[in-house]
Amino acid sequence: MPNYRIHKTEYIDETKRVSFKYDGKTYFGYEGDTLASALLANGIHLVGRSFKYHRPRGIVSCGAEEPNAICQIGSKKDLTEPNVRATELELYEGLEASSQNCWPNVKFDIGGINNFISPLIPAGFYYKTFMWPKSFWKKVYEPLIRLSAGLGKSPTGPDPDIYDHKYVHYDVLVIGGGVSGIIAAKMAAKNNLKTLLVDDKKILGGSTIYQNNESIKIDDKLSSEWLKNEIQEIKKLSNLTIKTRTSIAAYHGYNFLLAKENLTDHLPEEKKKNKIRQRLWKIRAKKVIIATGSIERPLVFNNNDRPGILLSNSINKYLDYYGVTCGENIILFTNNDSAYETSISLHKKGIKNIIVDLRKSASSELIKQAESLGIKIYFNHVVTNTFGYRKINSLEIMKLSEDGNTTIGNKIILSCDCLGMSGGWTPMVHMHTQSGGKLDFRDEDQVFLPKENSEDQISVGSCNGDFDLENIIDKTVNKINKFLEIDNQDYQDTNIICSKENDKRNIWLLPNKIPLGKTKCFIDFQNDSTAKDIKLALKEGFRSIEHVKRYTTTGMATDQGKLSNMHALGIIADTAGVKMGTLGTTTFRPPFTPLTFGTLVGRNVGKFFEVVRKTSMHEWHVENNAEFENVGQWKRPWYYPKNGENMHDAVQRESKSARDSAGILDASTLGKIDIQGTDASEFLNRVYTNAWSKLAIGKCRYGLMLNEDGMVYDDGVTTRISENHYLMTTTTGGAANVLSKLEDYLQTEWPELDVYLTSVTDHYSTASICGPNSKKILNKLFPNLDLSDENFPHMSFKEDKLKNINCRIMRISFTGELSYEINIESKYGHSLWKMCIEAGKEFNLTPYGTETMHLLRAEKGFIIVGQDTDGTMTPSDLQMDWIVSKKKYDFIGKRSLYRSDTVREDRKQLVGLLTDDPKEVLEEGAQIVSDVKSKPIDMLGHVTSSYFSPNLNKSIALAVVRSGKTMKGQKLIIPMENKNINVTVSDTIFLDKENKRLNA
Amino acid sequence: MFLINCPFCGERDQSEFSSGGEAHIVRPKQPTELSDDEWAEYLFMRKNIKGIQFERWNHVHGCRKWFNVVRDTSNDKILSVYKMGEKPPVNYK
Repeated sequence: MPNYRIHKTEYIDETKRVSFKYDGKTYFGYEGDTLASALLANGIHLVGRSFKYHRPRGIVSCGAEEPNAICQIGSKKDLTEPNVRATELELYEGLEASSQNCWPNVKFDIGGINNFISPLIPAGFYYKTFMWPKSFWKKVYEPLIRLSAGLGKSPTGPDPDIYDHKYVHYDVLVIGGGVSGIIAAKMAAKNNLKTLLVDDKKILGGSTIYQNNESIKIDDKLSSEWLKNEIQEIKKLSNLTIKTRTSIAAYHGYNFLLAKENLTDHLPEEKKKNKIRQRLWKIRAKKVIIATGSIERPLVFNNNDRPGILLSNSINKYLDYYGVTCGENIILFTNNDSAYETSISLHKKGIKNIIVDLRKSASSELIKQAESLGIKIYFNHVVTNTFGYRKINSLEIMKLSEDGNTTIGNKIILSCDCLGMSGGWTPMVHMHTQSGGKLDFRDEDQVFLPKENSEDQISVGSCNGDFDLENIIDKTVNKINKFLEIDNQDYQDTNIICSKENDKRNIWLLPNKIPLGKTKCFIDFQNDSTAKDIKLALKEGFRSIEHVKRYTTTGMATDQGKLSNMHALGIIADTAGVKMGTLGTTTFRPPFTPLTFGTLVGRNVGKFFEVVRKTSMHEWHVENNAEFENVGQWKRPWYYPKNGENMHDAVQRESKSARDSAGILDASTLGKIDIQGTDASEFLNRVYTNAWSKLAIGKCRYGLMLNEDGMVYDDGVTTRISENHYLMTTTTGGAANVLSKLEDYLQTEWPELDVYLTSVTDHYSTASICGPNSKKILNKLFPNLDLSDENFPHMSFKEDKLKNINCRIMRISFTGELSYEINIESKYGHSLWKMCIEAGKEFNLTPYGTETMHLLRAEKGFIIVGQDTDGTMTPSDLQMDWIVSKKKYDFIGKRSLYRSDTVREDRKQLVGLLTDDPKEVLEEGAQIVSDVKSKPIDMLGHVTSSYFSPNLNKSIALAVVRSGKTMKGQKLIIPMENKNINVTVSDTIFLDKENKRLNA
Repeated sequence: MFLINCPFCGERDQSEFSSGGEAHIVRPKQPTELSDDEWAEYLFMRKNIKGIQFERWNHVHGCRKWFNVVRDTSNDKILSVYKMGEKPPVNYK
């Protein structure tokens, strides 16, 4: 097996050998490796197939920008993870990884045929091709696209790992632990500011930490040595927290940031167990210092995507940090000085290399150093093609013309086993722009830079466009002093010697003798978009960068175009003949690198996924086989199936028994608002449509609450407990909003009213007993209470004790039956319920759920706010004019009741519907028409509630129908998928129109 | 995610609050005297300003108090916070 590990470094522990599997084969690496560095050490470059053309692809980078080396980790159905960047994954014993997007395997991939038919699949191929015939979409195109789309495989079992969230507050947050971040963190922390420094890597130091060029020195030491000292120093600072393996995912307004900390992803499986895998940090910082550095740009030339072609600086890191060389015969292709550092480093380790430089000449210290070492440099040359299928084996270079637009002279073929490319550097301005910052364009080296516009956020170091070490350190120190309003002198006398880049030459799309249409100049490696695609999009009329991006999918892969966006912009600008700075950029959206769903949800999984509210009686419902319905956050019994009943049968039984004998409903979830104060009556007058001043103490009244636009908002019964004390009930779902709305009016419109509102929904449990036998049951529970109609009539309230616990008893009715509601302090709710059930046994007291409640209410034509109303219904639309006071001068929504729109006679109005076939039950939501032949069919309304009534032995429905009030007796049609149902408009009250049952 | 300085509780996360739209729209004292147009003006018409906007917020998961906020909608900066019934700060117009 080849070994490309050619020297020892302090970051690789050669005493700790780690075995891992890649595509089923076992390899070895060392502790400190990433999967990528370990693969390279084993001579493996080819790690995947490209997305569209299935071209062989190799490792390109050593960090978060990696477009190719994304792999599937593990094979267990609940733990496997797709799209993991091998360049970021730390190696551990037993790691299993495999390449993605290839079948049957990475070396021989059937999809590779796409590469040869590529002229047939240009940009927008899918948009253009899968348009017609329409019938093909569902059966042919979609399955085909689904088969070939996507990269890795999602896990199919629930994630067994533990994730966590943590909220923290800091004076200063420093993002990035490179040289500028370390300086910034030290200055902040030494000035007594509580500081957090985060870095996504395992150790601090950025790219300076492995820097070993003699021409770059700080205080007479190698810059890496100097920085190691600094790191030792900051670790001693007590008010500095350092979080490594932590990357900022999102930067929101008000300096609120999300960071993901990796806790166990680098550990072998047995050590991961029962530990928190990842933690999401929710950070609030008074000030944020962005020091995220920059990433190297590739160059765009023909066949620039072969395995063995990497970013030049990544070759350097693999060599000096991991001790691994990416080849034995390396060519570096550059337009700037940084490749020379790589070249010199390689040379010193005995790796033969030559440089191809776009620039006509260059003269910095680094270049002189390379020249003096005898490294061959081809100035003013360009790579025009590369060769080798599974790995590069040679390339072709040509001389550049004076203007750089064409190539001249003879082709020179150079053999190599690795090509490093360096197209300059792109500052990582993601954090700055995510926070709302704007960008400036610097023409000189074609970079977008943060435009400073905030007193609580700043960018320093190379993410701010400061590239050489002297510049970085000097500017960082000055800016931080100013930003934090401090006067730190630590770096006053630091002596920095570094090479200065003097010459620049940038060409976004490198010239070639071959016509563009016949080349493969990749811009976005992960989504396989080429320079040709961009030009095609422009030719087809796309101008906005946002449109070109979407049409060509450039920058839309999981790497979000970290390597490709600048080139796409540059080529658009060049082609369209506009200045790049005026084009703007695409939007930098969070997350910076993909996050796992586990991290986002943290502990809120399973039963903690959502808040659940349960009544005191909940356990009884569970024990008695209730099916539950979610109403807001509440779990309400829906129905109680007995002996294997289905829902229909259970509801029929419950409904019948509630009207024939007795039923009991857990009504604890209804909103309850305690209203007190000398102006309580006046307040109710203003919020309900009916009059309240004359309600006697001990009496109850039903009220309808409107919005200011006149539409029904909520309803419920309110009880006058004493002179200045009311208890209001609201719908279950509306409770919180009603309270907010009432508080709003009290605090902002009517502050003069002496009224206090308190939510007491959770304080009381409520059992509602209805039916002809309810009085007898009440009598058993409260033997001393006079239940006579004279003493305790409908719509009144009494207090009594159950054992010695106070109860509030209201004789009010949900269902149109004689009913009592017993309210007791919540802690006694369960006991109350059990006592009711016990007392009701001889009367077949039947617990019923929300479904039966709805059915019983529908029989009586009692509306359910939110089911029969939808925010567009006035009281008049509901045929409830009787509840709107004509005398009151004002109440919420009154004025809107006679707006031109609300008095229209052809509004949708609530009516009853009876089906011609009494067994036919309508579907809720079904459309209502009068004529099915005319086209377009005129839609008159829809069904809101529909049931089979066991008490009437026929189907009943409520519906809203245009001009419904005038249509009684009229025939209408409900067209369904396979039949038309004939119905007759009826009254909304189907049962007991005279309300005799209330006093039965 | 805003950090809102509730005039009663101090700085709290935005998730504790709910927004109540434009501030200083007074409910007419005599709605019945208004024409449809005048009532519609009160009921429906809201400014949608890019720049300095006066708006109402409710500390709904805190003290339940309503209060006013001056916010620059172009950059989401909250410039001032004041209680209901107080006059808006004069330096923002």
